[in-house]
Amino acid sequence: MSKSILEIRDLRVSTGDKEILKGINLTLAGGEIHAIMGPNGSGKSTLSHVLAGSPDFTVTGGSITFDGKDLLEMPIEERARAGIFIAFQYPPEVPGVNNMQFLRTVLNTVRKARNQAEISAAEFLQRAKAAMARLNMAPEMIKRSLNEGFSGGEKKKNEILQMSMLEPTVMVLDEIDSGLDVDALELVAREAVLTMTPGAADAGRRAMVVITHYSRILKYIQPHHVHILSGGKIIESGGIEIVHRIESQGYD
Amino acid sequence: MSAPVAEDFKTDYKYGFVTDIEAEELPPGLTEETVRRISAMKDEPDFMLDWRLKAFAAWKTMSEPQWAEVKYPAIDYQAISYFSRPKKKLQSIDEADPKLIETFNRLGIPLGEQKFLANVEGSNVNSRPATPVAVDAVFDSVSVVTTYRDTLAKLGIIFCSFSEAVKEHPDLIKKYLGSVVPVKDNYFSALNSAVFSDGSFVYIPPGVRCPMELSTYFRINSANTGQFERTLIIADNDSYVSYLEGCTAPQRDENQLHAAVVELVALDRAQIKYSTVQNWYPGDENGRGGIFNFVTKRGLCKGVSSHISWTQVETGSAITWKYPSCVLKGDNSKGEFYSVAFTGNYQQADTGTKMIHLGRNTSSTIISKGISAGHGKNTYRGLVRIGAAATKARNYTRCDSLILGATAEAHTYPYIEVKNQSSQLEHEATTSKVSDAQLYFLRQRGLTEENAVHMVVNGFCKEVFRELPMEFAVEAQKLLEISLEDANG
Repeated sequence: MSKSILEIRDLRVSTGDKEILKGINLTLAGGEIHAIMGPNGSGKSTLSHVLAGSPDFTVTGGSITFDGKDLLEMPIEERARAGIFIAFQYPPEVPGVNNMQFLRTVLNTVRKARNQAEISAAEFLQRAKAAMARLNMAPEMIKRSLNEGFSGGEKKKNEILQMSMLEPTVMVLDEIDSGLDVDALELVAREAVLTMTPGAADAGRRAMVVITHYSRILKYIQPHHVHILSGGKIIESGGIEIVHRIESQGYD
Repeated sequence: MSAPVAEDFKTDYKYGFVTDIEAEELPPGLTEETVRRISAMKDEPDFMLDWRLKAFAAWKTMSEPQWAEVKYPAIDYQAISYFSRPKKKLQSIDEADPKLIETFNRLGIPLGEQKFLANVEGSNVNSRPATPVAVDAVFDSVSVVTTYRDTLAKLGIIFCSFSEAVKEHPDLIKKYLGSVVPVKDNYFSALNSAVFSDGSFVYIPPGVRCPMELSTYFRINSANTGQFERTLIIADNDSYVSYLEGCTAPQRDENQLHAAVVELVALDRAQIKYSTVQNWYPGDENGRGGIFNFVTKRGLCKGVSSHISWTQVETGSAITWKYPSCVLKGDNSKGEFYSVAFTGNYQQADTGTKMIHLGRNTSSTIISKGISAGHGKNTYRGLVRIGAAATKARNYTRCDSLILGATAEAHTYPYIEVKNQSSQLEHEATTSKVSDAQLYFLRQRGLTEENAVHMVVNGFCKEVFRELPMEFAVEAQKLLEISLEDANG
């Protein structure tokens, strides 16, 4: 495997008076898929919000290095432009903002930051429609407002559509499986895997983190590394065998 | 997350410049003699002078309305000059002071026709037909030029300055002036009726669909001058017209008064679409200066199945007091009001509409979007009245307020009066903030906080912007973004 993209060292995070992450260490290398599993309240989602730069959490110790840079020094949008993408567990609704215009605006914003030319309307639409077809999203989703009135499953698909189009370096799927039926789960997982498949642009330079409570999504997204987060610490790291054990025995 | 308003960058009011042009002005003050002089300077027929004098007599007995949710220092009506016009009288635009032409060029208003004439039929820009816009340009108290008159005249359409209409089409003026907004309707309409200087007049003959957008562009230039214009639009049976109105003023420390009256008359099956982008100087970040905008706009759906639609984007003025309304007299007639009102810094807007249902089966729609930032105060005030004879009348009202920052205010006063039980009314109202969750999400996709706020606000206004003609919608969106940046929340 290639060199590390993201390094988390002794990360400690609080919200209010409460310490949630108590010294996390994690290294992501190009081409790797990591699964972070754990019971509710273990701090899984906090990790994704800290990577995004959410102001709701305070980093009290440790470091996150992304592509050689201090990620914690970067504002939210700079992290996004540099290639950090979080597929949200609860993406908000933005009334009146057309879904496709939004996607094209953010794609061109990100491309500009990466010194890439703006994408033409035709190419954009072609790529977006292809990805929507793979995700089995209804064509009228093009016309609707961003997440407004979307079902839970539609919102998750919309997150993955954005992820697929934006071609980020580090992809964090925060409980993407919650609220998805089996068919939707498989489509979402396949699209996610596609972004990591050799042949996809820069696939070897990308890494993915799948945060989940349940093992079922990991049938479709095979992780190289599995970590168990509990009480704000990674208590165990290993391979797919950990998933099999949790399937039969649960957490502890 | 902190209040989602851009504080770090400020853009000056782009239209705040003053044109140094020789003007002929009346000294400040308002007496019967002032009214007579205005009429004389405009060389008006007697009927017009009589009308003005009656209005002035009425005005003297009236007092300024106090019920609006706005606070401002008392207006000294004797300190205002009621008439100002460029000294040089024009026979054609070729004789215009180059400074005047340049002024309108800077404002992006084409006073020439040649640029468009080649395009009138079938030419395309970006695969969309280029729509020429006929312009009536009003500079301080007078109309300086009206374009495309000849093209329009071939269809029987009259589009000219109000002053000319008084002379050339006195019968239409006598018949319709004051028929929708009576002189004594309110304090400011009475004042306007006494001292109005110029404005636009439109008549669309039966069966004619006006082939281009008609527009009036108002520019206040002189200091201490009030602007009192008058617009009258008559759409005869089965006709259609879309009309646009824009306005700007120089940046000055003193407040200036603008009190206009607009009257629309739609006869049988006629449709009038009236769009405004109001961008008078709003005052500075401390609330100094800015236009006091007291405007009476009303449309009469006189004929059966007639249709009047108001769309307004109000971003300017220190004070806005304005209720574009529809009187739905003809059976099956339809009234619409779409509004975006933005108040930043110390701006105050009390705006809304009145939908007066008189005829049977009349319907109205009200969509109001108020945005307040900084110390801005934004009030929606609306009345839906269903008369006893308005069987099966329908109204849908939706008023949404968006508040940016902790010091901004939003108020809503919806009044409903129903005298016919077969009517159906719906009212929805929301007050919201740009949520932290939205901003966090949009920034995680790569947008700056400013751009994220713009996106949420534009989305909030979308139902109104889509009612505007394309070019105007783009302008309105840009204007709103500049206003947000200036808002200094």
